[in-house]
Amino acid sequence: MSEPVIEVRDLVRKFGNRTVLNGISFTVEKGDTMIIMGGSGCGKSTLLRHIIGSMKPTSGSIRIFGEEITTMPQRDLERLRLRFGMNFQFGALLQSLTVGENVALPLIENSRVDPEIVDLVVKMKLELVGLTGFEHLKPSEISGGMRKRVGLARAVALDPELLFSDEPTSGLDPIMTAVIDQLTLDLTRKLDMTAVVVTHDMVSAFRIGTKMIMLGTGPNQGKIIAAGTPDEIRNSDVPEVQQFINGLPDGPTPLKLAREDYIDRLLDSGEEP
Amino acid sequence: MRDYFALNASILYWTFLAPFRGKALRIAATFHQMVRIGVQAVPMTALTSLSIGVTLAMQGAHELSRMGATAFVPDLVGMSLLRELGPLLVGVVVIGRSGSAITAEIGTMKVSEEIEALEVMAINPVRFLVVPRFLAMMVMLPTLTVFGNYIGLAGGWAICRFSLGMNTDAYIRRVVESAHVMDLYSGMIKSIVFAWLIATISCLYGLTVRGGAEGVGRSTTNSVVVCILSMLVANALLTAFFFVVES
Ligand SMILES: Nc1ncnc2c1ncn2[C@@H]1O[C@H](COP(=O)(O)OP(=O)(O)OP(=O)(O)O)[C@@H](O)[C@H]1O
Ligand SMILES: [Mg+2]
Repeated sequence: MSEPVIEVRDLVRKFGNRTVLNGISFTVEKGDTMIIMGGSGCGKSTLLRHIIGSMKPTSGSIRIFGEEITTMPQRDLERLRLRFGMNFQFGALLQSLTVGENVALPLIENSRVDPEIVDLVVKMKLELVGLTGFEHLKPSEISGGMRKRVGLARAVALDPELLFSDEPTSGLDPIMTAVIDQLTLDLTRKLDMTAVVVTHDMVSAFRIGTKMIMLGTGPNQGKIIAAGTPDEIRNSDVPEVQQFINGLPDGPTPLKLAREDYIDRLLDSGEEP
Repeated sequence: MRDYFALNASILYWTFLAPFRGKALRIAATFHQMVRIGVQAVPMTALTSLSIGVTLAMQGAHELSRMGATAFVPDLVGMSLLRELGPLLVGVVVIGRSGSAITAEIGTMKVSEEIEALEVMAINPVRFLVVPRFLAMMVMLPTLTVFGNYIGLAGGWAICRFSLGMNTDAYIRRVVESAHVMDLYSGMIKSIVFAWLIATISCLYGLTVRGGAEGVGRSTTNSVVVCILSMLVANALLTAFFFVVES
């Protein structure tokens, strides 16, 4: 029915001898909001980095808008990147520019619009994320949550067809979280934008997601342990998923390791398994 | 080394070819960098050059007076400044002030994902960050060198005038007569080569930083060391080259 915007096939990425992504495959269709979940350090940001082409996989294929990006020359990648926006986990704002200039950057560099229009668009985008009147501050003068929202404003400055968002709501208060979720909903449902959102926040995941995948940790490191619609995930019989979405401290993913070998672990040389 | 040549190629592309393909140079940013690299280095350059001019004249006067040849002090000051010491010392000043700053700045942007963010926004970091610094360096280092030469000559004049009792007219005439056009050119060519080396090396070290604040510090140190060493090597090679050309 609808065309795939992102197709990831058997993606593998190793850092040294550590396999961070281990055979990931999924498809995102136009208009979808794909939620990527998983424990801290399981490779969510790394997965996004591969999809946006700033890291190259060890093996596997990634197609965006039907084009293979893993082997694509830099110039074509640049052209493709004009069609998507990325909101980084830590904002990645240019420290030497003001908030307003940061949001204006993609407009000035990649589109031919009047300075007056740029000003207007910047104000509109900052309004969307609730930051009217902050355009003259430097990133170092605003809070972490505000930085994140500026990052989102910058990501949507060019009205991209595809939005990547790495934990857009972590560190935000519940009201601001709802505002950002509503923004994502408006963009995807009304403007038909496709979104890929990494989040830890189960409330917002079920609020905005139309599809979800969950990455595993431990023995399942780098694999998808569950995938499906929000309802399928909620009713999933994979125990790790139930533990994750209900936020239980104990379950298949042991947060506290076994008591018996505590001393052994302390005296261990510290090498990763 | 391959990275270095790739960076050079990409700088040349974004400076000379891309502007004709609708990707304009960032003029405002270039001027901003010119102020930082050039204008703000004026006091330090002046001080360094003045002290060298004075020192050269004193040293020269001391040695030459034994042969009763103090009249040649202006020749000595002029030659050494224009050909060797002027470009080299201004180079050292600029490496210390701006080469290190360029590496640290770009390196910090690298570790805080800013470079990655630029790339994802389809903004080429070489065009955005490197080219303005490169152009500013290519313009400002030779300019500072000319400026430093004048200040150094003024330092030499001060010694000749007040310590050797030479009059100002004679000093100026002596300097102008003894200095050949080639002396000036060789100094200028050197400072252009130095500017190229400083800009490219310090940007490369910035762009290849790895691993947090410590990595930025390490790269900055390496960048300064490599800049100074390669400048000294280039200086020796160019001096030899000019001798061959002139003879
Ligand atoms: N450049 C790198 N070099 C080596 N290892 C890396 C690199 N980038 C990421 N890793 C490793 O990949 C794993 C996943 O990192 P990633 O940042 O993707 O986690 P994450 O799922 O986004 O976690 P969080 O939820 O805390 O943001 C980590 O174990 C990390 O050590
Ligand atoms: Mg992450």
